[in-house]
Amino acid sequence: MFLTLAIAPFPIEADLGKWLAYGLYLIIGILFGTALEQAGFAYSPNLAAQFYLKDMRVLKVMFTAIITAMTLIFLSSGIGILDYTKLFVDPTYLWPGIVGGIIMGVGFTIGGFCPGTSATAAATGSIDALFYLGGIFTGIFVFGETVDSFATFWYGWSMGRFTLPEWLHVSTGTTVVLVILFAFVFFWAAEWFEKKYGGVDPKALPKARYVGAGAFLVVGLLVMFIGQPGWEQRWDRVATQKNEVLANREVQIEPGELLELMNNNKIKLVMLDVRPEAEFNMFHLAWARQVDPTAEAVDALVPELLDNPGKTAIVAMGNGEEEATEAWKVLVAQDVPNVYILAGGLNGWLDIFAGSDIHPVTYPVAGDQARFVFPTAIGSGYSASNPDPEEYDLEYTTKVKLAEQTGPTAGGCG
Amino acid sequence: MTRPEKPWINPYLGGVLLGLVLFAAFFITGNGLGASGGFQRIWAWLEDVVASGHVDRTGYLAAYAGGDKNPLDLWIVPLLIGVPVGGFLSSWFSGRFKVRTGKGPNISVRTRWAAAFVGGTIMGFGARFARGCTSGQALSGGAVLSVGSWAFMFAMFAGGYAVAWFVRKLWT
Repeated sequence: MFLTLAIAPFPIEADLGKWLAYGLYLIIGILFGTALEQAGFAYSPNLAAQFYLKDMRVLKVMFTAIITAMTLIFLSSGIGILDYTKLFVDPTYLWPGIVGGIIMGVGFTIGGFCPGTSATAAATGSIDALFYLGGIFTGIFVFGETVDSFATFWYGWSMGRFTLPEWLHVSTGTTVVLVILFAFVFFWAAEWFEKKYGGVDPKALPKARYVGAGAFLVVGLLVMFIGQPGWEQRWDRVATQKNEVLANREVQIEPGELLELMNNNKIKLVMLDVRPEAEFNMFHLAWARQVDPTAEAVDALVPELLDNPGKTAIVAMGNGEEEATEAWKVLVAQDVPNVYILAGGLNGWLDIFAGSDIHPVTYPVAGDQARFVFPTAIGSGYSASNPDPEEYDLEYTTKVKLAEQTGPTAGGCG
Repeated sequence: MTRPEKPWINPYLGGVLLGLVLFAAFFITGNGLGASGGFQRIWAWLEDVVASGHVDRTGYLAAYAGGDKNPLDLWIVPLLIGVPVGGFLSSWFSGRFKVRTGKGPNISVRTRWAAAFVGGTIMGFGARFARGCTSGQALSGGAVLSVGSWAFMFAMFAGGYAVAWFVRKLWT
């Protein structure tokens, strides 16, 4: 029960108050500096040796750290004690990242440090690290003063939260195993170079590293076998609370409120029309987007919807409310913020806005069937697709409250 | 008081240690590790103290320190303050605290200082260009499988190797 209530990561600033939370970050920083120093990262010749293939310490430490954290993160997520969607994932700006990376590599080789290691080294008595730190502030100063001149490039190639499993089209577990194997190839190459250029006798390296490699592979395969929680498991965790939200009709917005949102320039509105494509082609709201009324189709939109800026409202709509409610459950289970349902569906919408060209059917229909017939398939060409808000004076209870994204928003090197 | 100097630990073991810290950071806070973002914020704070109007008029800087914003008020700043504390404690207890200049065998201390400053400048510029440094992009983004972070990491190694031959006097 405890685990279903408190899933990591924790909102520590809200729970502990800012100063205690910052104290915790200070401790994490101390452990970070300790790990860097112990690994030999506070001595610049150790770091520069990486680029002369003599001592591949940098690559070994970095890749081992990455596969350690990665394996534990996805193991925790797989067994349901950590919510991966709430972790900060550096947004991808492809080419600015690559150009920045190349520049940094040059600075790394010439300067012998990276920013974190120089801060560590300076505190171990390395005078060169102090000069390096002076350089970092100079570089940051130059960047801040010049970024406006290449802003188009710097803000370009924005792909948001884009992860390797999405790119490779394989499961997260498979990706974890592939990354582990990929790291092994690099370790093997690193040791080969050390033997060739650094004169390191591979027989002198501890045998325990093979045991470690075996352990990584076993846990990696376990992560693959367990899999990552889908929307259904995630819904089970929040079902009690969220069913109450549905029952209290806290998220079903009335047509009047949707009309207001459609004409509100201050927020981004995403309308998801969860009817089959044929019905969508006959009639839909202006700027609405068709999604097949299946959980899989809705689930496939999650990564993209998680990337929306803070002030985004998402409104799901069907003919009635059933399909839209199912879509709502998928999105809410996956932590997509600010998702709403069009109350009464498009049937209810047309009760208010249908012009003389759209007629209700004369026979009774079930909840999620269309109750109107359309003379031609002109999609959003009807007046009811984009009613003039000036012509209507509708009363409604405001329900849309735009919460900011719940996960960390300014992480990484923010 | 001098403690016997211990060697650095095996890099694979060091990697596991660093990975555990990284995992703990993600697990508890949802954020990974970072460094250059903290430097940026300290710099924005300094710049705001001496040239507040200029900061407010420069879009990139205003995002950190425009108006009443306190650029130091973010988790990454206490984290960055902890890093040298950890480095000091770790080196002290392992007998490795030593006032020295790490350098290649064939250059003077002054040349090394100059190279460190130049390299730091390039790195500071590049880290902001890449929206993160080795810690925030490569380590943290790599562990949570960000495509951009992996592309960044290979670009960084490529940049390092591309220039290594030209500056080999510095290190060999």
